[in-house]
Amino acid sequence: MADLSDDIVTMEDIHKSFPGVQALEGVDFRLRRGEIHALVGENGAGKSTLIKILTGVERPDRGSIIFDGKEVNIKSPQHAQDLGISPVYQEINLCPNLTVAENILIGREPMKFGGIDWKTMNSRASYILDGLDVDIDVTQTLGSYSVAIQQMTAIARALDISSVKVLILDEPTSSLDVHETQELFRVMHKLKNEGIAIIFITHFLDQIYEITDRITVLRNGRLVGTYPTDSLPRLELIAKMIGRSLAEYDDMKRTKIESSQNIKKGDSLLDAKGLGLSGSVEPLDLVLHPGEVVGLAGLLGSGRTEIARLLFGIDKPDSGEVNVGGQQVTDHSPIGSIARGVALCPEDRKAEGIVGELTIRENIILAMQASRGFFKYLTLQQQYEIADRYIKILQIATPSADQPIKNLSGGNQQKVILARWLATNPQILILDEPTRGIDVGTKAEIQKLVLSLAEEGKSCVFISSELEEVLRTSHRIVVLKDHKKVTEFPGEVDGHKIMQAMAGSEQ
Amino acid sequence: MKQESKTSFSWRKVTESRLFFPFSALALILLFDLIFVPGFFNVQVRDGNLYGNLIDILRSGSTVILLAIGMTLVIATGGVDLSVGAVMAISASVAALMINPYVLATQLSPETQRLISDPNFTNQPLWVVVPVTLIVASLCGLWNGILVSYARIQPMVATLILMIAGRGIAQLITNGVRIQIFYEPYSFIANGWVIVPFPLYIVAFMFTLTWLLTRRTAIGLFIESVGVNARSSFFSGIDEKRIKLLAYTFCGFCAGMAGLVASSNIKTSDANNIGLTLELDAILAVVIGGTLMAGGRFSLLASIIGALVMQATTISMYAIGVPANAVMAIKGLVVILVILLYSEQVRNVLRRLTAQRKEA
Repeated sequence: MADLSDDIVTMEDIHKSFPGVQALEGVDFRLRRGEIHALVGENGAGKSTLIKILTGVERPDRGSIIFDGKEVNIKSPQHAQDLGISPVYQEINLCPNLTVAENILIGREPMKFGGIDWKTMNSRASYILDGLDVDIDVTQTLGSYSVAIQQMTAIARALDISSVKVLILDEPTSSLDVHETQELFRVMHKLKNEGIAIIFITHFLDQIYEITDRITVLRNGRLVGTYPTDSLPRLELIAKMIGRSLAEYDDMKRTKIESSQNIKKGDSLLDAKGLGLSGSVEPLDLVLHPGEVVGLAGLLGSGRTEIARLLFGIDKPDSGEVNVGGQQVTDHSPIGSIARGVALCPEDRKAEGIVGELTIRENIILAMQASRGFFKYLTLQQQYEIADRYIKILQIATPSADQPIKNLSGGNQQKVILARWLATNPQILILDEPTRGIDVGTKAEIQKLVLSLAEEGKSCVFISSELEEVLRTSHRIVVLKDHKKVTEFPGEVDGHKIMQAMAGSEQ
Repeated sequence: MKQESKTSFSWRKVTESRLFFPFSALALILLFDLIFVPGFFNVQVRDGNLYGNLIDILRSGSTVILLAIGMTLVIATGGVDLSVGAVMAISASVAALMINPYVLATQLSPETQRLISDPNFTNQPLWVVVPVTLIVASLCGLWNGILVSYARIQPMVATLILMIAGRGIAQLITNGVRIQIFYEPYSFIANGWVIVPFPLYIVAFMFTLTWLLTRRTAIGLFIESVGVNARSSFFSGIDEKRIKLLAYTFCGFCAGMAGLVASSNIKTSDANNIGLTLELDAILAVVIGGTLMAGGRFSLLASIIGALVMQATTISMYAIGVPANAVMAIKGLVVILVILLYSEQVRNVLRRLTAQRKEA
């Protein structure tokens, strides 16, 4: 029993700096055996860096790590795994075209007569998954299963690699639905009871309170403190994370109600009639008025993103028509949309948003320059002016506009992408999951930004899987289900009604 | 302690500059020459023109430099063009055919024979030959570009097609005949001398043109953006396909230039040998220049230095009497050394070693 109260990991006075950024400054972190420990903080607080140090990806500039009673110098991810520290990363590094068993045992396939012993492999994979109470056919390709199962497979792989003592789950629930999340939590509980310590990184406060024992809060590379979860009220936690008051949220509600007066119901910035693409979006009507924020609510896979792609011209519709500013759209393409004053902040920031190696400045001017063409090249001075202006307005945390965007935290990257679109001075801004994986403080900033854009007479389409957020920002909410528009609600609707519509129980 | 970290930081800045490795590789080779090849740096003046080993490096390196300029843009988009050597052969054949189509006839009257041997004779004047050749070469590049960007064929496979077919096409153009070129103005392209060899003016012109095109317009930014993340670029309104098309077409154009220089140099259209394996030299020049094969950031100047590294190695080896066949091996050695220095793994080891020495 005394063993259980012991620390499995003790990190002391950890320092780490990257060029231009002090990522961690004297951070202490203690993890006990058999606890679920939330690691929280805004983007750029230093969570990822701390995890990278613990998993041997980065080395600390200063500080000590004691693992299982012994001081260790973790040299590489392999070394960390040998010790029993297993990360399950945010971007799930699995191969959807291989079978579940292959994914679990990849690189460590059991061999027989110089070939892979498939029978042993499959039975071992099943056995590991059984341990997690997951009962699936391991010979099916991973891609045919839900994201939750894929997540479990990643955990199973982590468990199989070594005798795991510390499991690190980095945003494991960001793409899971409620049911799948519960499934994951059940597994986490089971592992906890087996004495495994779990570091749980998430932006969902509900989940922190649901499952964790203790919380460590980081802010700007420093430790704020470690607290037992049940003694830290939610509002206090948020205050500790963002270091500022929550009155902003109330302000926002007021702004939204006030700004709804400005909506020009008579005009339309965008008018889609019967717009659809077979296999992607069922024909639907959608009108955007000046000064209006329209929320798209629906479950994952309900067609939210597909509508955004149609409106912006990534995909070409095969039925219906769109009128933007009274003109019928004939050339469905991003460049055409930009010229018409339509902007899309895409869902997948890493794959469709940022251009990693390029600097913040270049990322910000990219769409603007694209609309100007090859030869009306912005001078370097103009580029810096634009970039510095948006760095200031959006409070992008960076030492200079010349940092590669890949060095920024997720929230700051998102701000750069927003800046890219604001620089094109759009009339219609489509935001697909603009706050995914972003800290509470930046979330509020982005939501406020959306409302202030509406006040300027622009129109926004706001897509988010967080219903509360849609409710907070939208003047009107369109509910989607199975690639179809189900119904529309005014912005002051009760959240339960929307959920019912999303689930389809109205029909 | 603090001071040391400060100096090591600035040292790091120098070593991580784009031009550091290509330049130091070139410097090392020249240093080698300074020590082991007496008179390597001698430059003679004859009739007001400059001659010597250094001039030779520049002159004979000009074809690879021209190829490397185009190749840089293609590689920066995340592609590669294996066909540039073959496109050189095609251009040589096109140019030679325009100058002297009569050799294709089976029987030439002695009169015609005499006529075409005249150094002033040509069927088409130079100002037609050069543009038409460059247009044909650009069309070859366009073909590659269409395959890569619209047919979505992997660049290596797409350009391999023309690499293999190209020399056949070049043979077909001249009906399998090696056309000799007597036309004096044409041979001036590679053999002319205006204080320095004339190809250097072509290189200077192409470098300036390309630099202006990529750095004084948005094309360079778009190429880098597409090379880093084609999807994000498309979402930002950049016509990713058009950018690739442009890069491959331009690369074809550069190969056409190189073809003109190479055929002018040997005064013949030799479809089998012109530009043979030069695509590999060009790719290596770009890689030595620090542009990643995965695409993204590029530096034209660094690629040119890269090409000079290759050429300087060759000429230096000849100068100390290494047989031609062994030169290839030495070239390989130089390339692997430079590439290793770019490797983050090797750099870390080196950094650790130098740090240990400092402590000791």
